Amino acid sequence: MIELVWLIPLFPAIGFLFNGLIARWFNLDKRIVGWVACSALGLSFLFSILIFFSLVQLAPEARVAVPDRILFDWIVSGDLKTVIGYKVDPLSIIMALVVSGVSFFIHIYSVGYMHDDSGYTRYFAYLNLFVFMMLTLVLANNFLLMFVGWEGVGLCSYLLIGFWFERDTPANAGKKAFVVNRVGDFGFLLAIFLIFVHLGTLEFNGVFAGAHSLDAVTVTIITLLLFVGATGKSAQIPLYVWLPDAMEGPTPVSSLIHAATMVTSGVYMIARCNILYSMAPVSMAVVAIVGAATAIYAASMGLLQFDIKRVLAYSTISQLGYMFLAVGVGAFSAGIFHLMTHAFFKGLLFLGAGSVMHAMSGELDMRKMGGIWKRAPITFWTFFVATLAIAGIPGFSGFFSKDEILWQAFDSTHGHVLLWLVGAAAAGMTAFYMFRLLFVTFFGRCRASEEVKKHIHESPPIMTIPLIILATLSLIGGYVGIPHVLGGRNFFHEFLHPVFGGHPEGAGHAAFSLVKPAFASGGAGMGGGDSKELLLMGVSVAIAVIGISIALYLYIWKTEIPKRLGERFKTLYTVVFNKYYVDELYEASFVNSTKRLGTFLWHRFDDGVIDRGVNLVADVMLWLGGVLRRIQTGRVQGYATGIILGAVIIILFLIR
Amino acid sequence: MLSSVPPIYFLIVSAVIFAIGAVGVLIRRNAIVIFMCIEMMFSAVNLTLITASHHLNSLDGVLMVFFVMTVAAAEAAVGLAIFVLLFRGRGTIKVDEINLLKW
Amino acid sequence: MNPVGFPIVTVITFFPLAGAILLLFVPRAKEEILKWMALVISLVEFAVSLPLFIFFDEGVAGMQFVERIPWIPEWGVNYVIGIDGISLLLVLLTTFLTVLCILSSWRSVERMIKEYMIVFLILETGMIGVLASLDLILFYVFWEVTLIPMYLIIGVWGGPRRIYAAVKFFLYTMAGSVLMLVAILALYFLNGKATGEYTFDLLKLYQTVLPINTQYLMFAAFGVAFAIKVPMFPFHTWLPDAHVEAPTAGSVILAGVLLKLGTYGFIRFAIPLFPVAAFKAVPIISVLALIGIIYGALVSMMQADLKKLVAFSSVSHLGFVMLGMFAFNVQGVQGSIYQMLNHGVSTGALFLIVGMIYERRHTRMIADFGGLAQVMPLFATFFMVVTLSSIALPGTNGFVGEFLILLGTFRRIVGSRTSI
Repeated sequence: MIELVWLIPLFPAIGFLFNGLIARWFNLDKRIVGWVACSALGLSFLFSILIFFSLVQLAPEARVAVPDRILFDWIVSGDLKTVIGYKVDPLSIIMALVVSGVSFFIHIYSVGYMHDDSGYTRYFAYLNLFVFMMLTLVLANNFLLMFVGWEGVGLCSYLLIGFWFERDTPANAGKKAFVVNRVGDFGFLLAIFLIFVHLGTLEFNGVFAGAHSLDAVTVTIITLLLFVGATGKSAQIPLYVWLPDAMEGPTPVSSLIHAATMVTSGVYMIARCNILYSMAPVSMAVVAIVGAATAIYAASMGLLQFDIKRVLAYSTISQLGYMFLAVGVGAFSAGIFHLMTHAFFKGLLFLGAGSVMHAMSGELDMRKMGGIWKRAPITFWTFFVATLAIAGIPGFSGFFSKDEILWQAFDSTHGHVLLWLVGAAAAGMTAFYMFRLLFVTFFGRCRASEEVKKHIHESPPIMTIPLIILATLSLIGGYVGIPHVLGGRNFFHEFLHPVFGGHPEGAGHAAFSLVKPAFASGGAGMGGGDSKELLLMGVSVAIAVIGISIALYLYIWKTEIPKRLGERFKTLYTVVFNKYYVDELYEASFVNSTKRLGTFLWHRFDDGVIDRGVNLVADVMLWLGGVLRRIQTGRVQGYATGIILGAVIIILFLIR
Repeated sequence: MLSSVPPIYFLIVSAVIFAIGAVGVLIRRNAIVIFMCIEMMFSAVNLTLITASHHLNSLDGVLMVFFVMTVAAAEAAVGLAIFVLLFRGRGTIKVDEINLLKW
Repeated sequence: MNPVGFPIVTVITFFPLAGAILLLFVPRAKEEILKWMALVISLVEFAVSLPLFIFFDEGVAGMQFVERIPWIPEWGVNYVIGIDGISLLLVLLTTFLTVLCILSSWRSVERMIKEYMIVFLILETGMIGVLASLDLILFYVFWEVTLIPMYLIIGVWGGPRRIYAAVKFFLYTMAGSVLMLVAILALYFLNGKATGEYTFDLLKLYQTVLPINTQYLMFAAFGVAFAIKVPMFPFHTWLPDAHVEAPTAGSVILAGVLLKLGTYGFIRFAIPLFPVAAFKAVPIISVLALIGIIYGALVSMMQADLKKLVAFSSVSHLGFVMLGMFAFNVQGVQGSIYQMLNHGVSTGALFLIVGMIYERRHTRMIADFGGLAQVMPLFATFFMVVTLSSIALPGTNGFVGEFLILLGTFRRIVGSRTSI
């Protein structure tokens, strides 16, 4: 069964080809397009499940030793040999399950959501192409194929963000996404070169087996470069700027690509390269710091946005920060766990936002909503479940994953109490702004126009069923990873342990313990660890509850306060509301200076120097000709004089 | 009788006549005068040839003189014909006014 | 070494010329006949070039399909032609692109069709001759043969500033070629003095050992000639003008094949004939190539004229090719050769695309367009696919080429723990 892994990405590829070429050419009926696209994903999901079960039947050590399924050679040049091959191990199969599963539900939802759009066929073709690329990314057995998937999802992101290309804003947003991604990919590519130059292979098995032969500096550089790629794809500081703009795309796209799958590629990549990262504590520290900083930074921007999707976008950036925080402190399985639960609840939140948009006739500004919880109950309740999950309320999936991250940030040898503090603060902010979103959108007085109010309705079942399924997963999805301290058995961690457990601890020496011995790694698993974990758990729950209460106070009870606060702290408010003017900063510094350099080189150098030089040569020739032609006087006697003089000189010369 | 005059005098005379003829070719403007100077140059050459032939006791020089005179006559005929046509076309026979090849 | 039985390379080289001569006899007024005849000739040419690929033996190093006829034996000039892996691919690219060029000129060339087709076919002969010849004088002759038809194509059927562009192109290339001729003759004499055998035969000249300083000069001479053709920075300024003013098919064949003749010249002549000098030249050439890449890209970014944008992007792409070639390892050189093919195909396609929209609106300014995808969705899709290939998106041909080039260059600089 496991050898059939190559079918998992193949089905969406066939779906793309069919919908993209045949269906568009022959203008096939929408139902066929929808069926083809969804069944492609359904088959992918089915096969992922089957292969998962085959894998589970193996012994834990055997699960990471499954031979790669190689299809054929790709680039063979000298000693470089790359193949099209797929790897089945616990990490990749979990990613495949998450990707294919969540994609499957989102495809079904899209059938309803995009029903009236003229680009229906094109949409599903692109969506299938995206899943194909994403599955290639997570199932690849070598860096180069992963890079194909990596850039491929970037391409699909461009195509889908700019889906409504007739308008300027989506077209520009798509372009921005692609270009910013490419900046990150530059780092990734450099890392690939370094890996090949030092280890002679690009296959994961070969690279990780030979990794111990690398010296510390090389490994650090490689891992930092890989992380640069990750910041681009997974929207961390400083390359996150494309994600909020990406909300111009259709909402299921935002759900799939910018919440559940594509943006998690960076986390997956770091998890996959855990052996390399464990050898480079400096890189891990960088990852953790950037992750934590992004988490709180993005959360701060999410506090004030009015557009539902923007809030969710910043929330995504923030949650991705958590995942990077997790892998940065060495808690790889915690990062992947949060990746999975985040896919559930964030995917659900976006789909819910789409449902709200559907109900509110295309409105996304939450100031124009309110009081719709009764009229769109399924949307509301599923949204509520997801919000509870993301806030980290015990019992829901988000609680288990987020808590484990925070604990590891505090406790792990690579962790630090400051990281925990930042993470906890961000968690509080998350709870606050998510419940702000919930309250303002669904509760209170309905602030919509009369026209819109009349049309508020629940979405059709084809849209609400995926919502319900994802909500269920948001609820129960966490129970595969109940920490020991609560009496459970962390199946998730156990399953992934063979992938992550094998890193050499020798080189791993927490960077922070050199800096702050007093406060470093709060316990490193010594006695009393359990009670500390419970304490921290309690603290984070308390913070979440405080956040929710503040949101309750400000947006349900005393709704006039937020505006007064905004006026009191006007400058702070403006700065945060305008996303700290980072976009403008980038535009002014990078974009404009490059443009000016290009224009300068064109006009001043190419035209001014080189062409002037060439034309100068031509002018010199013309001038010389002008001078020399004066010898041609047209007077025969002059010529004769010349001849005679010449003859005399020659004769004299000969006589001597 | 002829041997009493050393050949060098004949050669000098012929050189002088040649030079005068050459300078005349270069300086005079009237095409017919230029022609006459060219004839002068021919004469000077003939003199040189005869002198040399007598001094070397050979007939080669004298034969060459015959050729030179024949060619000179033919050339004079053709040249004068050209000048007539030139006068008809340009209206002048002054050489420095016939400068169509000037840049 | 000739499994095909007949002198296939000679046929491929001279068939277009024969076709051109045939076209001479068709009256000028019969435009349709001229066009169809030219198309058939180029199609037959392409078909005849396919056996080269089929019967090519990949296991053998060295030249295949070699033909040798004495030409001017007193001076050591012979008619020697042959094909190896590199020239094979480029010959196929040439014959393929010529068919497309003739097709694309169907309606866009309105006047003097007869002359146009004749000139194009002569150009094809020249290009294939350059790629196939193994004798230096023969190579030089064919090199010059490609010059005049291109000059005519730009100068007669081009845009408003065509005269300036054509003359510029001609003088630039000629200057380089003349320098190369001096070097060829010098090589001839030096080799003759050293070995006693005066010859222009390339395979024999490969064995010549020259003193280092001489090698530098000769490599410089050859190098300048080819660098102008490639075009490398700073000899590239003829390219934007030539491309913008040339008719669509002219641009396609210029970008698709003629530029490759420069890179081919490096790999066939300059580097193997003067290896020590070539190796010493790596820093200079690599730096110039790098400048070409980045400079070309920056200038291209700011262009308002779509065709000029593609022209500068060509400078950038060929900078990659030169960079890979002078990495002097397997990945770099293979990537470089592969990228030659890729560039021919993708940039050729880009020029065809630009030609299509120019045909309709008679403007190439990006600002004059916008929203094309709504009106021409199929066109937009192809434009997108070609663009992706051009920017080397992984999964496209451009990626493989660029990846190998970058990897080769990286290894050259950073060194490698594993052997080449």
